[in-house]
Amino acid sequence: MTTAVSTQTEPAVAFRDLHRHYGEVRALDGLSLDLAPGELVVLLGPSGCGKTTALRILAGLDVATSGTVMVAGRDITHVPANKRDMGMVFQAYSLFPHLTVEENVAFGLKLRGIDRSKRHQRAGEMLELVGLSTQGKRYAHQLSGGQQQRVALARALAIEPAVLLLDEPLSALDAKVRVQLRDEIRRVQLEVGTTTLFVTHDQEEALAVADRVGVMYQGRLEQVAPPTELYARPATPFVAEFVGLSNRMRAEVSGGTARVLGSALPLLEGSVEQGSGHALVRPESLGVTPAEGDANGRVVSVAFLGPISRVQCRLDDGQILVAQLTSASASRLSPDQPVRVDVGAEAVLVVPE
Amino acid sequence: MRTSPAFRVFRVVMLLLFAVFFFGPLLAMLDFSTRGTNGSRTWDAWANLVKNPELNRAIVASLLLALFTVVLMLLLLVPTMIWVRLRVPRATRLLEFLCLLPLTIPALVIVVGISNVYQWVTYFLGDHVLNLTFVYVVLVLPFAYRAIDAALSSIDATTLAEAARSLGASWGTVIGRIIVPNIWSGLLSAAFISVALVLGEFTIASLLNYENMQVVINLLGKSDANTSVAASLAAIAFAFVLLLLLSVVGRSRRTEGS
Amino acid sequence: MSRLARLAPSVALLPFLLYLTVFLLVPTVTVVVGAFAENGRFTLANITALGDPVTLAALRTSVVLSAVSAVIGATLGAVLAYLVVSGGPASWLRRSVVSLSGVLAQCGGVMLAFAFIATIGFSGTLTIWLRDHLGIDIFGSGWLFALPGLILVYAYFQIPLMVIVFLPALDGIKPQWREASVNLGANGWQYWTQVAVPLLRPAFLGATLLLFANAFAAYATAAALVSQGNPIVPLLIRSGLSSEVLLGHQHLAYALAFEMIVVVAIVMGMYGLLLRRTARWLR
Repeated sequence: MTTAVSTQTEPAVAFRDLHRHYGEVRALDGLSLDLAPGELVVLLGPSGCGKTTALRILAGLDVATSGTVMVAGRDITHVPANKRDMGMVFQAYSLFPHLTVEENVAFGLKLRGIDRSKRHQRAGEMLELVGLSTQGKRYAHQLSGGQQQRVALARALAIEPAVLLLDEPLSALDAKVRVQLRDEIRRVQLEVGTTTLFVTHDQEEALAVADRVGVMYQGRLEQVAPPTELYARPATPFVAEFVGLSNRMRAEVSGGTARVLGSALPLLEGSVEQGSGHALVRPESLGVTPAEGDANGRVVSVAFLGPISRVQCRLDDGQILVAQLTSASASRLSPDQPVRVDVGAEAVLVVPE
Repeated sequence: MRTSPAFRVFRVVMLLLFAVFFFGPLLAMLDFSTRGTNGSRTWDAWANLVKNPELNRAIVASLLLALFTVVLMLLLLVPTMIWVRLRVPRATRLLEFLCLLPLTIPALVIVVGISNVYQWVTYFLGDHVLNLTFVYVVLVLPFAYRAIDAALSSIDATTLAEAARSLGASWGTVIGRIIVPNIWSGLLSAAFISVALVLGEFTIASLLNYENMQVVINLLGKSDANTSVAASLAAIAFAFVLLLLLSVVGRSRRTEGS
Repeated sequence: MSRLARLAPSVALLPFLLYLTVFLLVPTVTVVVGAFAENGRFTLANITALGDPVTLAALRTSVVLSAVSAVIGATLGAVLAYLVVSGGPASWLRRSVVSLSGVLAQCGGVMLAFAFIATIGFSGTLTIWLRDHLGIDIFGSGWLFALPGLILVYAYFQIPLMVIVFLPALDGIKPQWREASVNLGANGWQYWTQVAVPLLRPAFLGATLLLFANAFAAYATAAALVSQGNPIVPLLIRSGLSSEVLLGHQHLAYALAFEMIVVVAIVMGMYGLLLRRTARWLR
């Protein structure tokens, strides 16, 4: 996996109109998605949205009701799971408890008949890649959760797979470990350059590691885009509310703009085109300043979060909003204080009421 | 892989073989116990379960033994286990060790060494088959302990007790009205297993020269095998019904309580 | 808190401890003491009598019976447990097999003895059927009442016991291990030989030991089937209790019971060690 620039024109992985039904339940309802070589794509969504189903179908651990899966142009829909040349990292419990860390990492190599000295060398390289070169002789239960997942990653990469699959690898870990490990995973993935599909329900995680994020809901792909675009220009109300926080504010739409709190804002594609609706406004787009005769609301509470603070306000017309300010600005505010709330000039998505 | 047709065939064949091995003798017992003269069918042997006075007495004795054993076991074990869990947690390992000890000390060994103890029991209570209750409680201890322990673990008794105490309940109320109602399935499980064990017990009863159901079945076997077989089948069927009831009750309690 | 106040709650445990002492510990101690005593004086005569050819023969037969029935029970029981597990965690097959196993494992030996007498005894159902339809005499010289028969009847409760003891171990095999090994390229055979079997081996061996101890200590079945002679240790004990003097020793029954404690304790000790190893893996 050392080619610097891939000249393949076809995608490394392609899902074509994938369906997965269990009787009445539609776990996957027509998923089509391409992964470019070396790309890390995150499938993001709430539980039951189909993201894990898609991953398991790619791994061969589940069978699609209809549709095809292609890897490097080859149709692998009916290839058995143990012949698919993919490395998978599970959420938990996947390390073999009766083998040492090194034996775990070398397991796939042993199955491929690679001789002992080469196995040992390769396992050592992989463990060094994930920062665990001293832990080779220990057993899974002697390692922390974060270390176990790193071993699982090393094991998956040891066989030089065509695709790396990660099934919510951080969900079972402590918050702090999660943040450290997701950066580790991204670093390793960039170094090795393997095409990667990463499944998670944590939107912060998704935005932090992905080249592109595919948001899924009820078996369908809502939007696939790089993280910044997903955040700034959500294509559907679900994406706007699932990724990041949103305020729902009353808006009047006419002539291509939305009137929100006295300001005229550009519209995002997919918005209501005429009449009243709700504009989805990010907290950091709201400004809250102490009022000087021009108050349009009162502060309800101020939550200090370190570098930023979240200020909850109640407007005179009854709407309750959450604004995000620097803590320095928020320090001037206190509960029940009359304030002026403004909306910044960013484009908004307006949804029907 | 695992649901390949070859495996499915293998599975069905093996399960059939097992079924034949385990149910065959039961069917043979039914045939054997209903055999009359010249190939006719008769229920005489089964009628003997009620008509034969010795067997009848023994069946009643065994049923009473089962009842007394369950009651004494519950009285002895439940307060102790709850008390240890709530107030003396350091004694947990000791309690577990003691309760599982009868698994390592065979009934045969116990009966060899217990004659002195039973001389005292007979001195105080007279020579009655129901005296066996005392040693039977020891025999059922491991199984009862496991069942009740599983139930206590599943309800986090400590937290419930602390909540009740903070609301002003006495220890008696805590045990009787908070803990016990929540471990019913475990108590029932312990009771059923104890009954099955007591009804099937032979070793201690026979070597202490008491006549419980199994001892009489064995004695009758020499003179009237048909009746012995009928009684054995009846006992097995009864135990099976008991354990089936237990699994039904266990399941309904779980859905109700969850 | 004063020392007395701290110990106070433990007082409630006294009834239980007293009960166990009287009805479990005292008999056990009586046996141990009795094994080393004769006419109220310390002696090793009973213990040395354990080396007598008759007692040794009984020990040998007991060990053979226990080992063979344990191996048969463990192997077939593991197969049955696997068949049951592969049907899913809540299948009716699993529930009925587990209930049935619970009954049969507890089944008093007497009932089992009569079950087999009714099947392959002299006038057993199967015996008669085979005699009348195929001319085969399965009863023969009465092997049912000797070692081969005991092995067969013991299998009837060893297999269900194995199912009960081994099923939790099979449940402990996490699906992720199979999926991970498949993902890394293993076929079915490789998964079994390199992952599943090594993980299950300690539990299997432990269960076999448990079955051995169970057979070694069993009395009722043999007592009901064997009325003449004392081929195994439990029956020798029966003789020792019913007659005043056995092989010239008053307390041989105590020595034999002591021997039984020792054997069972050793086996259960090994079982405990193996259990601790698997408990970690298959939690």
